Amino acid sequence: MRSRLAEALLIAAASTILFAGLASPAGAEDPAIGNCTWCHGGGAQGYLPAPRLAGQQRAYLRAQLERFRMHGRDAPASIQFMWAAAENLSDGRMRALTDYLAALDTKPAMDGNPALEGRGRDIYQNGVADENIVACVACHGPHATGVGAIPRLDGLSHSYLVRRLTDWQNGYNRAGATPMPHIAGNLSPDQIDALSSYLSNTRYAGAAR
Amino acid sequence: MKAKAILQSGKLFAALGAASATTAHADDKQAPPREFAAKVHYCTTCHGVSGQGFRGFYPIPRLAGQQPDYMKNQLLAFTQKRRTNTIMFSVAHVLSPEMLSALSSHFNKLDPKPLGGGPARLASEGKTIFTQGVSATNVPACATCHGDTAAGNGEIPRLAGQLSDYVVAKLANWDKERGQIASQPDASALMEPIAHGLTPDQIKAVAAYVSTLE
Ligand code: HEC
Ligand code: HEC
Ligand code: HEC
Ligand code: HEC
Repeated sequence: MRSRLAEALLIAAASTILFAGLASPAGAEDPAIGNCTWCHGGGAQGYLPAPRLAGQQRAYLRAQLERFRMHGRDAPASIQFMWAAAENLSDGRMRALTDYLAALDTKPAMDGNPALEGRGRDIYQNGVADENIVACVACHGPHATGVGAIPRLDGLSHSYLVRRLTDWQNGYNRAGATPMPHIAGNLSPDQIDALSSYLSNTRYAGAAR
Repeated sequence: MKAKAILQSGKLFAALGAASATTAHADDKQAPPREFAAKVHYCTTCHGVSGQGFRGFYPIPRLAGQQPDYMKNQLLAFTQKRRTNTIMFSVAHVLSPEMLSALSSHFNKLDPKPLGGGPARLASEGKTIFTQGVSATNVPACATCHGDTAAGNGEIPRLAGQLSDYVVAKLANWDKERGQIASQPDASALMEPIAHGLTPDQIKAVAAYVSTLE
C-alpha cells in the first residue's frame, strides 16, 4: 500500500492538471462527472483518499458539497482536494451530479481486517453502554445504508473511514456535523479500526432507502 | 370500553405498584455528577441535544417533558424485556437505580419546541380522536388518560410534541413490543385494546395531532 504522503502528492499533481483544465473555456461537452471520477475513481467507486460516492444518500452528498463550498468541512484533505472542486458548482449542476451519483451501483471496498469484523459489528449494532458509546445502527440502519442526510457506510474504504472519524476527534469538520464529532470523540483507535474493518467489509446487496 | 373502568381495575394498580416499588428506594442515593453529565450527553447524542427527539434510521423519541415514572418504568421494561428494543436494551441494562432516577427527572425538566415534521393536514381529524375517541370501535378519548394537553401523568406518558412517525410505529406494533412477559403484566395492557381499535389512518391522524402540541 502506498504511503499517505505519496497518495497526497499523486492527487495534488492530478488536481493541478485538472483545475488548469477547468479554467479554460468550456467546450461543447460538459465534462461534469468526469471531473469528479478523476479522483473518485471509475464509476465513482472511490480511489485512494477520495471516498466512494456511488450509491451514497443524495441529501447527504448535497449537504457535503454545500459544506465544502462554504468551507465548513475543513479537514486537511477536504481543503486540499474538495474546496476547489466544489467552489464553482452551480446549484443546478450540484443537483444533477448528486442525483446521478446516488443512483449508481456500489462495490464494497473489502479492505478491512477480517479478524476485527466481529468486534466492529458488535459496537456498530449494540454500542458500548458502559463507555457511553452509541450504537451506530440507530441512525445508519441495520445494513449501514443510511437515510436522507445520514450517509451509508457499508463498503466505504477502511482508510477513509478511519480518517473521517479521526478528523472529527482532531476538531475538524464540526460545522453542521452533529452528532458525529461527539460520537467519534468517544472512540479509541482500536474501536475505530474495528468499526472501519466491519463497515468496509460489509456488502449490502439491496438498494439504500 | 370505559377508560375509567380500566383505570380503576386492579390490574393497572398492581402493575403500577410493582413498578414504583422497584424504583422508590433509588431516590435516596445520588448519581455521581461527572458520570451523570456524561450519561446525559450520551442519551442526547441519539435523542437530540435538548431531548426533543431525532430522526435517525429509526425515529428516536422525544424525552423532554416526559413523566419521570413513565420513563423509569420504560427503562426497566427494556432491561427486563417486557418491552423489546435491542438498542434501548443495550443502553438501559447498565443504568444504576440512582442514574435511572436522575435521568428521568432531568429529562422531565426540559422543554424544547416540538421537532415537528408530521403531516399537518391530518391534525384536525386527529384532534377529534384525541378529545372524543372513536365511538364506533369503543376507543375512549385519549385525553381521559393522557390529559387534555397530552402531558401525561405518572405512568401514563406525555404524548405532546412526540415524533409522529415514532407514535405511528409504536401503535402499529403494540403487541409485538410491549407487555412481552405474560407473568409480569404492566401498564401496557391498558393501551393494547386502544391500539387495536384504531385503523392505520386514525393512527396517522392522532399521531400528527399530538406531534404539534407544546
Ligand atoms: C482532486 C481530487 C478530487 C476531485 C477532482 C473531486 N474530489 Fe470529491 N473528494 C476528494 C477527496 C480526497 C475527498 C475526501 C475529503 C475528506 O476526507 O474530507 C472527497 C470528498 C468528497 C465528498 C464527501 C463524501 C463523503 O462521503 O463525505 C463528496 C460529496 C465529493 N467529494 C464529491 C465530489 C464531486 C461531486 C466532484 C466533482 C465535481 C468531486 N468530488 C471532485 C477528492 C476529489
Ligand atoms: C444519532 C445519529 C447517529 C449515530 C448514532 C451515529 N451517526 Fe454517524 N452520522 C450521523 C450523521 C447525521 C452524519 C452526517 C454528518 C455530517 O453531515 O457531517 C453521520 C456521518 C458519519 C460518517 C461519515 C461518512 C462519510 O461518508 O463521510 C461516519 C464514518 C459515521 N457517521 C460513522 C458512525 C459510527 C462509526 C457510529 C457509531 C459509533 C455512528 N456514525 C453513529 C448520525 C449518526
Ligand atoms: C443509540 C441511540 C440511543 C441512545 C444512545 C439512547 N437511546 Fe433511548 N431510544 C433510542 C431509540 C431508537 C428508541 C425507540 C425505541 C422504540 O422504538 O421502541 C429509544 C427509546 C427510549 C425511551 C422510550 C421512550 C418512550 O416514549 O417510550 C426512553 C425512556 C429512552 N429511550 C431513554 C434513554 C436514555 C435515558 C438514554 C441515555 C441513558 C438513551 N435513551 C440513550 C435510541 C437511543
Ligand atoms: C385507559 C387509559 C389510556 C387511554 C384511554 C389511552 N392511553 Fe395511551 N397509554 C396509556 C398508558 C398507561 C400507557 C403506557 C403504556 C406502557 O407503559 O407501556 C400509554 C402509552 C401510549 C403510547 C406510547 C407512548 C410512548 O412514548 O411510547 C401511545 C403512542 C399512546 N398511549 C397513544 C394513545 C392514543 C392515541 C390514545 C387514544 C386513541 C390513547 N393512548 C389512549 C393509557 C391510555
